[in-house]
Amino acid sequence: MRFGVVVFPGSNCDQDCYHVIRNVLKKPVEYIWHERTDLNRFDCIVLPGGFSYGDYLRPGAIARFAKTMDALSEFVERGGLVIGICNGFQILLEAGLLPGAMLRNRSLRFICKYVHLRVENEKTPFTNLYRSGQVVRMPIAHGDGNYYCDEDTLAELESKGQIVFRYCDELGNITDDANPNGSIANIAGICNEQKNVLGMMPHPERCSETILGSSDGLLLWKSITNWVEGNGRI
Amino acid sequence: MRKVRVLIRLKPTLMDAQGVVLKRALKQLGYNSVTDVRVGKLIEITIDCDDDKRVMAEVKEMCQRLLANPVIEEFEVLDETTPTSAR
Repeated sequence: MRFGVVVFPGSNCDQDCYHVIRNVLKKPVEYIWHERTDLNRFDCIVLPGGFSYGDYLRPGAIARFAKTMDALSEFVERGGLVIGICNGFQILLEAGLLPGAMLRNRSLRFICKYVHLRVENEKTPFTNLYRSGQVVRMPIAHGDGNYYCDEDTLAELESKGQIVFRYCDELGNITDDANPNGSIANIAGICNEQKNVLGMMPHPERCSETILGSSDGLLLWKSITNWVEGNGRI
Repeated sequence: MRKVRVLIRLKPTLMDAQGVVLKRALKQLGYNSVTDVRVGKLIEITIDCDDDKRVMAEVKEMCQRLLANPVIEEFEVLDETTPTSAR
């Protein structure tokens, strides 16, 4: 199986993702410059974190018009896996590949710290090696991570199992105190209805090696290979 | 040439964190009668076209496609196009 990591001007987590996939997960991976449109050879494409186009206008607003993004929509329709992390999540929202939008953190602060997350749905290509209800630790680093959607959309996300991660305390309780940025329903990560597109604000690539303080993110990468190499069985 | 102004605001139902902070700061400066502050964006676009109708239609389309995010924002294209001299 082969991973691709899209590089936009201003991406800055592309090398971290590449490193984890190549050196920790030990799978083939290559960079995809944002003008490339030949995505057929990939099984999973990563939209990494960073500040594409300087976050001008709104985070992700300019990057969504990159040539690769048109090809990515077709890739998604064919059932390819896409994971957007942080700025990658913002780009997926702006592109309409996931519902909702990001607002400024309610504190207006850029928040860079470890948080606890509860895995809400283990039946996805990205989380099949976790258990539903499992509490994991991952770092966040963002200024615009306050996820918003209207009530109808939220009800749909809930009923279709599209909420994948929520911010929680260390015991797994979903509380307002454990919500770092003001996201509606403590949402930290969602997927599309078909479950092949995941967007999340926390950074699994920054916690996939114990030397970095947590390896809780590694199960996400392993879940992806597990799903692809098992031909879509969970 | 026409110069068009576009106002982009967060939807009124959404909490505007910047506005809340500014309101607090204004109160600290002694402006106690301030009851609400909301922050938007002003975008000025200069277009090489003299057909007002076409200019307005095009700017509206720009707002829908890029300048505003309909999930969280609303936009207003200010009515009067201002003729500007070509440079």
